Amino acid sequence: MKIVKVNGRKRSHKVFMYAISTCAWCKRTKQFLKDNNVEFEYVDVDLCNDEEQEKVEREISRRGGELVFPTLIIDDKILIMGYKADKISEALRL
Amino acid sequence: MTTLEAVRRRVESDARTYGYYLNPDSKFLADLIEGLKTNEDRYGYPSCPCRLASGKFVVDRDIICPCDYRDPDVIEYGYCYCGLFVRKDIVEKKKPIQSIPERRPREKIALASKPQKMEKPTEFVPALTAIHLKTKLKMWYCKQCGYVVFREEPPYICPICKAKKEMFEEIRATIYLGT
Repeated sequence: MKIVKVNGRKRSHKVFMYAISTCAWCKRTKQFLKDNNVEFEYVDVDLCNDEEQEKVEREISRRGGELVFPTLIIDDKILIMGYKADKISEALRL
Repeated sequence: MTTLEAVRRRVESDARTYGYYLNPDSKFLADLIEGLKTNEDRYGYPSCPCRLASGKFVVDRDIICPCDYRDPDVIEYGYCYCGLFVRKDIVEKKKPIQSIPERRPREKIALASKPQKMEKPTEFVPALTAIHLKTKLKMWYCKQCGYVVFREEPPYICPICKAKKEMFEEIRATIYLGT
């Protein structure tokens, strides 16, 4: 699975994002995190193979989510489904 | 290979037909059009750029743009799931928009990530039909031109004569689908 790391000065939270390479909301979320200088990692799930996609589905379901994009996991527990700038700001105290 | 221009023309024409607007944010719109082109090139059909497709037509049919969920989403939230088609009042408000909840049934979303999907996609047809039948589809007709449509709610405007939604009346009939 190709995980991409985006460097940023704010590293107090572990931010992981499941994205789709063609998704405009995912692009907007990536840009929002970059604009706020938040360090994060992401994976474009549409570019993963079948086994990897199944693994992603298990990971997201385990946390009570669904295969919707973007899905953000903050500090291994907070799950934010979709591009929701206010919720992301609240979780990361931006 | 399709072109960005062809995709743009198609979505513009579709928005006009159904009385919608395209997303007024030109960067966001360009990203969506590029996403649709990528999907058309890799899958052979323009599935929603913001959803995970299986690559199999029978499984993805409901998320091919314009998807089955566009009209109910525009009615309820003012724009579709990926934000491509937007209602006039939302465009005029100029308020930033955020993601809306996914309307596609969970069972269908789950199918997209199953490896067996690549083998015999037609085996999924009965399951997909069963999911489809759970929705509350009705028949509607346009009192102005007679156009008939089978869906949960009447369209925002009549795609044929442009009459408003209020001009649609439900046709009460018993419809037998599948077996």
